[in-house]
Amino acid sequence: MLEQIVYAIPFLFGGLWVTLVVSALTVGISLVAGVLLGCALIYGALPLRLLVRLFSDTIRGIPILVLLFFVYYGFPAIGIDFDAFWAAVTALTLFKTAQVIEYLRGAVQSIPRGQTEAGMAIGLTFAERLRYVIFPQALRRFLPPWINGVTDAVKGSALVSLLGVTDLMHSINQVIGRTYEALPLYILGAFIYFVINYSLSALSRRLERRFSFMQA
Amino acid sequence: MTDPLLSIRGLRKSFGEIEVLKDVDLDVGRGEVVTVIGPSGSGKTTLLRCVNFLESYDAGSIRIDGEEVGFSAPGQRRNERTLARMRAETGMVFQSFNLFPHLTAAENIMLGLRKVRRKSRDEARAIAETWLDRVGLAHKADSLPAELSGGQQQRVGIARAVAMEPKVLLLDEITSALDPELVGEVLEVVRALAAEGMTMLMVTHEIAFARDASSRIVFMADGRIAAEGEPRELLANADDYPRLAAFLARFRASYF
Amino acid sequence: MGYDLNFAVVWRNFDKMWGGLLLSLELAVISIAIGVLIGLVLALAHVSGGRWLRGVIAAYVETIRNVPLILLVYLVFYGLPQAVDIRYDAATSFVVTLSVYSGAYLVEVFRAGLEAIPKGQIDAGKALGLTPWQRFTSVRLPAMIRIILPALSNTFISLFKDTSVASVIAVPELTWGAQWINLNTFRIVEAYLIATAMYLVTGYLLLFLLRLLERRFRVGRHA
Repeated sequence: MLEQIVYAIPFLFGGLWVTLVVSALTVGISLVAGVLLGCALIYGALPLRLLVRLFSDTIRGIPILVLLFFVYYGFPAIGIDFDAFWAAVTALTLFKTAQVIEYLRGAVQSIPRGQTEAGMAIGLTFAERLRYVIFPQALRRFLPPWINGVTDAVKGSALVSLLGVTDLMHSINQVIGRTYEALPLYILGAFIYFVINYSLSALSRRLERRFSFMQA
Repeated sequence: MTDPLLSIRGLRKSFGEIEVLKDVDLDVGRGEVVTVIGPSGSGKTTLLRCVNFLESYDAGSIRIDGEEVGFSAPGQRRNERTLARMRAETGMVFQSFNLFPHLTAAENIMLGLRKVRRKSRDEARAIAETWLDRVGLAHKADSLPAELSGGQQQRVGIARAVAMEPKVLLLDEITSALDPELVGEVLEVVRALAAEGMTMLMVTHEIAFARDASSRIVFMADGRIAAEGEPRELLANADDYPRLAAFLARFRASYF
Repeated sequence: MGYDLNFAVVWRNFDKMWGGLLLSLELAVISIAIGVLIGLVLALAHVSGGRWLRGVIAAYVETIRNVPLILLVYLVFYGLPQAVDIRYDAATSFVVTLSVYSGAYLVEVFRAGLEAIPKGQIDAGKALGLTPWQRFTSVRLPAMIRIILPALSNTFISLFKDTSVASVIAVPELTWGAQWINLNTFRIVEAYLIATAMYLVTGYLLLFLLRLLERRFRVGRHA
C-alpha cells in the first residue's frame, strides 16, 4: 500500500497544482465580483438590487454540480465557447460570487446606522464613507466566513474532475485507473485536501481573533 | 437678529402617515445657543437631523449662511458631493456617540480633517491633539473607543465635530446615553464652547443646563414650536403655556 | 444565440427527471434523518463528555468538513469494499456517505445551539428540581431547537443540493437524469434548464416549509 502511495505522489503534484490554481482563480475573481455586486445589492437602485438578488438566489439555489454542467455543456450551445478548465473556473466563480455577495451584505448591514450618519456629519462623501468608515469595520465580519468559504472553494474544485480537468481529484482517479488500488489513494487524497483546508480554517480562526478587538 | 446664521422656515416632515414636523420656523443667530426641549416624539431630534440633512424634509427651507441645505431648487435634491460639502459646515454630536470603533480617538478627529478639509497628516494630528487637550483627553489620543468611558467617548465626539470648525454645532441629546456621574464632564465642555461664541442648536433633557447655558429655549410639542424665549423668563412664565408647564412638572425638582 | 430550444424531447423523457427528483428527496431525507441522530448524540457527548471524547468528535468533524464530498463518495463506494467485506448498491453507499457527511455539519449546528442556551435557563430548571433528563427534554432541547432552526433549515437545503453528487456513482437522481437526457438526446441546455428549475423550485419550497415551521415553533412554544 505504501508502495502505491509513493508511486503516485509525483503524479499527484500536477493535479494538486491545478486544484490550487482553480481555487485561487475562483477565490480571486469572485472576491472582486462579489464585492462589486454586493455593493450594488446594498446601495444600488431598485432594479439593480432585484437583479443581483435574483442572481444570488438562483445561483445559491442550485447544486454546484448542475451549475458546472450547465456552464460546460450549455454555454457553448448558446455561443459562449471555452475549454473545460475555464468552464470549471467560471462555474465555481459564479457560485462563489453569490456567496461573497451575501457575506458582504451581512457584514455591511451589521454596522450600525449611526456610523454612516457620523460619516455624513463630518462631510464624507458616499465613496469616502465606504472606504474609511464602513469597509474597515465590515472587514472584521466579512473575513471569517469568507476564509471559511475559501475551503469550500477548494472542496468544490474537486468537482471539476468531472469535466476532465486534471486536478487533484482527477489525478487520483487516474492513478486508481492504473493500479486498481482505490482505498489507499482516496485516503491519501483525503489527507491532502484535509491539510490544505485545515490550514486555511486555522488561519481563519487566527484572523477572527485578531479582528475581535474592535467592539463598541 | 437681522442676519441669522441658521434660518428654518415652514419646515414640514412626515414619516409615512405621521407628520412629525408641522410648519416649524426657527432662527439661530451667530454665537447664539438655542436649546430645543420637549416631550419625546415632539419632533426635536428630527428637526436637528434635518439641519444637516441626515433627514430629508418635505417642505419649507433650511438656510445656513443664506445657503439652502438639502435642495438646489424646490424638489431638487442636491447631489451627494455637494451635500457632503454642506454637511461639513455643520458639526453634529450624537446621542450614542457614533465614534468610529476601528479608529483611535485622535484618528476619529483626523478623519474629517484629512479627507474633507484636506489637511496633511501632521496638521490634522496637531489639531486633533489640541482639541483632545481642550476636552481633557490628551492622554487618550491613541486609545480606541472601546477603551474609553461613555463620557470620554462623548468628549471625543464633541472634539471630532468642533475640530472641523463648523458654523453651527448640532447636539442631539448628547448626555442621554451617559451614566449620571459622567454627564457633568460632557456638559462642561459644551459650556466652554458656548462661552467662546460657538453657535449651537441642541436638544437636551438637562433643563437646568439649558437654563444656564442657552441664550434661548424653544419648546416643541406635536411637531410645532409651542413656546420660546429667554430661558429664565420662559421657565418662570411656564404657566402661561399649559403644555410646557406639564412637561416641566417632571423636571421641577431638578432645575429649581 | 444560434440555439433553438426544444423541450419536447425532454418532456418525452421527463420520467427520468421526475423519478430523479423523487430519489434526490429520498436520499436527502434518509441521510438527514441519520445525520440528525449522529449530530445530536455527538453534540451532547461533546458538551458533557471529557477531553478524550471531545477530541474524537473534533477529529470526525474536522476530517469530514475539510474533504470534498465527491471524494468521500468515491471512497465509500469504490474504496471501502476493497478493505472490508461489504457489498452495497450505489444508492445505499451514497446514503451512508451523506449521513456521515451531514452528521459532521449537524454536530456543529447542534453544539452551537446547546452552548448558546443562557445558563440561567438551566439553573432555573435545576432550581425547580428537574432531573438531568427532564432538564434536557423540557429545557435544553426546546431552547436549542429555537436557537438553531434557521441554521438547521439552511443545512438541510444545502444537503438536499448535495445529493446531486450521487450522480457520479450513477445513482439515478435528478442530476443523473439531466445527464442521461444530455447524453441520449443532446438537448443539453433544455435538460439542465429543467433540472435547474426543479432544484430551485424544490429547494425554495422546502425552505418555505421550513420557515413556516420555524415561525410556528417560535410563537407556539413558550413564546
